[in-house]
Amino acid sequence: MTPFQKRLFGAAVALTLAAAGAAHAQQLELKLMAPAAPGGGWDQTARSMQQALVAAKIARSVQVTNVPGAGGSVGIAQFVNGAKGDGNQMMVNGFVMVGALAMNKSPVTLEQVTPIARLTEEIQVIVVPANSPLKTAQDLAAAVKADIAKVTFAGGSAGGVDHVMAALFAGAVGADAKKINYIPFSGGGESLAAILGAKVSAGISGLSEYEGQIKSGKLRALGVTSEKRIAGVDIPTFKEQGIDLVLANWRSVVAAPGITPEQRKTLSDAVEKMVKSDAWKDILKQKGWEDAYLGGDAFADFLKKETTRVTDVLKSVGLVKS
Amino acid sequence: MIDTFAQLAHGMAVALQPLNLLYALIGVFLGTAVGVLPGIGPALTVALLLPVTYKLDPGGSLIMFAGIYYGGMYGGSTTAILINTPGESASMATALEGNKMAKAGRGGPALATAAIGSFVAGTIATIGLAFLAPWLVDFAVRFGPEDYFALMCVAFVTVSATFGDSPIRGLTSLFIGLTLGLIGIDKLTGQARLAFGIPELLDGVEVTTLAVGLFAVGEALYVASRRHHAEEKLEPVRGSLWMTREDWKRSWKPWLRGTMFGFPIGALPAGGAEIPTFLSYSTEKRLTKHPEEFGKGAIEGVAGPEAANNASAAGTLVPLLTLGLPTSATAAMMLAGFQQYGLNPGPLLFAERPDLVWGLIASLFIANVMLLVLNLPLVGLWVRLLAIPQPWLYAGILAFATMGTIAAKPSVVELSMLAGFGVMGFLMRRFDYPIAPVVVGLILGPIAESQLRRALQISLGDPLTLVQSPISATLLAIALIALVAPFVLKGLGRFKANED
Repeated sequence: MTPFQKRLFGAAVALTLAAAGAAHAQQLELKLMAPAAPGGGWDQTARSMQQALVAAKIARSVQVTNVPGAGGSVGIAQFVNGAKGDGNQMMVNGFVMVGALAMNKSPVTLEQVTPIARLTEEIQVIVVPANSPLKTAQDLAAAVKADIAKVTFAGGSAGGVDHVMAALFAGAVGADAKKINYIPFSGGGESLAAILGAKVSAGISGLSEYEGQIKSGKLRALGVTSEKRIAGVDIPTFKEQGIDLVLANWRSVVAAPGITPEQRKTLSDAVEKMVKSDAWKDILKQKGWEDAYLGGDAFADFLKKETTRVTDVLKSVGLVKS
Repeated sequence: MIDTFAQLAHGMAVALQPLNLLYALIGVFLGTAVGVLPGIGPALTVALLLPVTYKLDPGGSLIMFAGIYYGGMYGGSTTAILINTPGESASMATALEGNKMAKAGRGGPALATAAIGSFVAGTIATIGLAFLAPWLVDFAVRFGPEDYFALMCVAFVTVSATFGDSPIRGLTSLFIGLTLGLIGIDKLTGQARLAFGIPELLDGVEVTTLAVGLFAVGEALYVASRRHHAEEKLEPVRGSLWMTREDWKRSWKPWLRGTMFGFPIGALPAGGAEIPTFLSYSTEKRLTKHPEEFGKGAIEGVAGPEAANNASAAGTLVPLLTLGLPTSATAAMMLAGFQQYGLNPGPLLFAERPDLVWGLIASLFIANVMLLVLNLPLVGLWVRLLAIPQPWLYAGILAFATMGTIAAKPSVVELSMLAGFGVMGFLMRRFDYPIAPVVVGLILGPIAESQLRRALQISLGDPLTLVQSPISATLLAIALIALVAPFVLKGLGRFKANED
């Protein structure tokens, strides 16, 4: 037996034991794929899971692999084909993957993987330069309704969460989402510069990314996408300003296709235990992530709904041909 | 001003603590090591170290990250000079003249001018970071898409410096590069171009894969093919191992000019390190008193770009520290490092944690000194590499190039691309097409395209926006002058000759 086969064998044994009873769960040897390059949100999520799962003695070892490319399209293709039926492999994914798969006409879809749980979410924010005449979300809504093409939004990659949010905002205020003037930038840094330099009317991003600039008064936040006000953040929600825009950039974890219900339960239990561990809570605090745990069938439902919503939006702005 | 000095002195006290010195040393050592490996850059290293350093104190680990950053910028030039394999895309311009120098037995002076130039540029740029950061960042933020497009136009004009003798062949190479730059998802519409349904191509062609394929693999194939015709004799050292007085005289001005390009452009949010190195290379080529040496190993062509490369690394820290704006992959990782400790770089950081900011800036000075001390004695050792018999050396280079590519992106498609670019590099050498313009096209093309389209999208399609901003108007004028001037001067020269 080669060392690799040995490990596989070991994993299979561990799995049998784990399936036999939760008491043996600490024998888990997991492989966790981050379908992105080291350093990004998915990679950080995977590495944090690794840290928490081992620290809380839920798994004996967790190995993180990075398969970067095209918003996760490359990673999920490899995962679905390579991990089929393997109850020891999981993959981190999130909101962005939904759009990326639709736009890249990926032959592999999220329906093929086994949903495990949603882990975290990040609230989105719309900001304007400090000297902008727009003071509230309603001001922005009025500007969008007056002449949608003249309102330029800066944000992340085309079809990503920022783009989807711009389209949803236009739709929510009764404008034609198809006509939004959305300008994608690569990375938060470049779009931040464009907003600070007042090259664009407004900017869209995750709240944590612009928090420093908002606090220092260089940017003004018009609204956040949470359902209710976030504790400690003095920014009104869109909802309380009369705009129906609720959205979060969520990250989740899924398992391989074709695993047995027992295997699924083992993984779900392990993740649920991890979410409740102190190690995980420490990491969330340190990274500033919101706990958004949603497990089991509820998550499967959520995933389906988000997929439909995102695909519809992308179709409406013409990024995905229907 | 006096305030800045006091804070810098305080920062020095922080950075000179023995433990922090140790972190800086580890950083520059790791940085140099990963810079040498093609494909593995400082960004990846910092990413992998982040979880490890979580338990360290913030000052120490940030100092280490800064050391990795500077070290990586430096290490990339060593392989570029010795084996024509740029470890980072920013070291490509260094490879052009540096490798020719190494082949002519002048590897020692090439490595030395790179090391000392990096030191000079890094030190001046760090001083700039300490004193000019708040002012410079205001200027940098004013740069809009139209200004970037104008800057790209200036860069495009200077590409001709890498063309060699035939403009037609040079342009052909450039257009191959521009075409390769189109591959992948279009940034502005999210649609795939020239990807042929291969998911790995959706992210476009990696610059290092192209550069390593064309330069290193292509060259290995070429040397192998000519082995039985005329064996090229490599002498590791011909003349002095160290820089002669003449070398110093020819190096110091390029160092300073390179710094002038590197620092401000590095501070621009979308400036990067590649463009200043090309600008510096073409400037040196125009200003040199030894134009006949360019293409055969001119020391100015190493000194300038290397200085520009390191100065831009310091420039990148300007928007990172003052605005929390990460403008390179490594800077983004350092930002993640800051956030790991609950620190938000930005306008508040200087006020909230001056010890940390000034400790970091002071440690950059120290990292620079360490790099010089670490690398100068190694020059003698490195040039020994060239004494290895050619078949062994090139086999080693092939293994090295493959390993680096696989480490960066473990995929069959990536490796096939490397091999394909290697064959392309071989054919281009065989039929005498210049190689550098291909890589330049791949780097500049996508930036120029997306900035132009962004500018037009913001102006609702009005092309006048391109000349209305004073910055872009100035830059476009420079580009125009640089393009027309040589022809005009030539014409004038002929005119005068006729008069005589």
